[in-house]
Amino acid sequence: MTALAQFRRDTDYIEANLSLVAPFVDERLRVKTMNVTVENLVKAFGATPALHGVSLEIASGELIALVGPSGSGKTTLLRLIAGLDFPNSGRVLFGAEDASSKSVQERNVGFVFQNYALFKHMSVFENIAFGLRVRPRATRPSEASIRQRVMTLLDLVQLNGLEKRFPGQLSGGQRQRVAFARALAIEPGVLLLDEPFGALDAKVRKELRRWLREIHDRTGHTTVFVTHDQEEALELADRVVVMSQGRIEQVGSADDIYDNPATPFVFDFIGDSSALPVIVDKGSIALDDRILSIDAKGHADGPATLFFRPNHVRLAGQESGSIVGTVTGSRRHGDIRRLELEVGLARHRCEIDVPADSEVSRNGRVAVKPTDWRLFPRVS
Amino acid sequence: MSEQTLAPPATMPPVTWRAPTAEVPPVRIVLIGVAVLFIGVFLGFPLLVVFFEAFLNGVGKYFETFADSDTQAAIRLTLLVAALAVPANLIFGISAAWAIAKYDFRGKALLITLIDLPFSVSPVIAGLIYVIMFGAQGYFGDWLKANNIQIIFAIPGIVLATIFVTFPFVARELIPLMEEQGTQDEEAAISLGASGWQTFRRVTLPNVKWGLMYGVLLCNARAMGEFGAVAVVSGHIRGLTNTMPLHIEILYNDYQWVAAFTVASLLALLALITLIVKTLLEWRFSDELANGPR
Repeated sequence: MTALAQFRRDTDYIEANLSLVAPFVDERLRVKTMNVTVENLVKAFGATPALHGVSLEIASGELIALVGPSGSGKTTLLRLIAGLDFPNSGRVLFGAEDASSKSVQERNVGFVFQNYALFKHMSVFENIAFGLRVRPRATRPSEASIRQRVMTLLDLVQLNGLEKRFPGQLSGGQRQRVAFARALAIEPGVLLLDEPFGALDAKVRKELRRWLREIHDRTGHTTVFVTHDQEEALELADRVVVMSQGRIEQVGSADDIYDNPATPFVFDFIGDSSALPVIVDKGSIALDDRILSIDAKGHADGPATLFFRPNHVRLAGQESGSIVGTVTGSRRHGDIRRLELEVGLARHRCEIDVPADSEVSRNGRVAVKPTDWRLFPRVS
Repeated sequence: MSEQTLAPPATMPPVTWRAPTAEVPPVRIVLIGVAVLFIGVFLGFPLLVVFFEAFLNGVGKYFETFADSDTQAAIRLTLLVAALAVPANLIFGISAAWAIAKYDFRGKALLITLIDLPFSVSPVIAGLIYVIMFGAQGYFGDWLKANNIQIIFAIPGIVLATIFVTFPFVARELIPLMEEQGTQDEEAAISLGASGWQTFRRVTLPNVKWGLMYGVLLCNARAMGEFGAVAVVSGHIRGLTNTMPLHIEILYNDYQWVAAFTVASLLALLALITLIVKTLLEWRFSDELANGPR
């Protein structure tokens, strides 16, 4: 290996593990943070159920992502934790304390709204200072300490010098950071972010993602954020909560979620995947009229769905028991080529990755074998 | 890139380009002409006549009219009625808009419809309702007489009738504005620890202040200019229960043309000022929404 290549590898490693190399904790911003327990929350809006008994333990100082498609109940869960909505049953505990009877004001949560909800008529400074100014006289900090705190926060969110601007004069990313600083100003026990990067363009999103991780490491807030972007959730969070239709499908680290999806939904939602309807019969799998050479010992007989990731396949040539399909589409996907196949009699669609230099033509036949796969029983 | 490559070649004929939604020139001229003609004939010309007639006998005569005690009383009463009706509407308008925009409750649609009622009901009927309720032969007539309270043919009746007529102005202005803004700013304020009153004063009110002023202005203009409803309940007692519009009618019926037009010119002037302030507000208002205050 050349010296240059070695150097590149090292810098890549350092960049990827920035927080490990420089565990910089800002004592001025360190707060007393707490764990949050969600117990059996049920919520319905009129006749429409939003959450069916959701329970979740969030450790102190943890950065947790709620991810799921729209309508999965993730924002509802966040709002219930904040106290902006009230559950039909179940409860939320902050530390050991039951927060059910506490108002939003008493819960001391920092909430960052999807569209930031900045006060248009107030300067950046006044927006950030708002939470301190509305405190009762007894606990309100002096003008000097309000000023100092706002300046520290502006420094943290890298907006020094913009304190006199109004929200209308800021870019989307800057507004996002003002909203963030405003929520941090009240020294919240828990920080709740609703689609924090939802309204930003892709490049700013990436920057802010990294920035949020850094801030989290510096301030140590227990943080829960909602996103529909699985990539964002996997990259940023200590633990990811995958939700669907008002239920938690799986809770785990990014590795858990990606490598060991607990349900078909998680397999489908997180990462790219192909799903084929198959029949399990005494340990063997049939795709339409074809027996696949996949060992299904231990799986119950009956209809099932075979899941595999497009990159977890190998080209099988003439081997028997492979999945054979007609190429209907091909597109370049980074270093590899992704093929769309129509498989079996019923022309099921699936996707596979092949090396970029493979010679495959449209309507050509391709045979593959999954190297890693999962089988979930199918309720039909 | 040089500029020449951007300009069309000289050999090409200049393209006359028209927006897809724009009309052909003749249609445009007719439409604008009709609008200008109507405004001139029905608005501009009469307004000029008002001022022309008012100054017909010279500036001296013009100001002499205002020396008359009945005229002064009418002006004072008009200002008093506006000063009472406008704040009443302000309170009602904010409450109604707040309730409608921020909460869901049973009968909300009915409330929205009822708020519009004064727009669709003839002002005369508004006046008559109060006569039937509070007049000498009305439902509460005996009780009011026994307690020596006079509403009809007195100032309270005029104020009530004016409030009825101007009822929708502030609420109508605020409801769409507040509905559009939603509750997120309020939620943000509450999550930051603000109480309900702090949220209202520091967040909600500043968010709607221009719309609110606009509503108040329209309400004020109507309160000062109202004729029909007030005519029914006033009793036309000179120097006591005549507002400016009623006073103008009396002067006119007495063949005091110049005096009638003089008072009318004052009322018209108030309307013009309202219009100018309203335009200024609109200009300021739209600017604010787009860019925030400067």
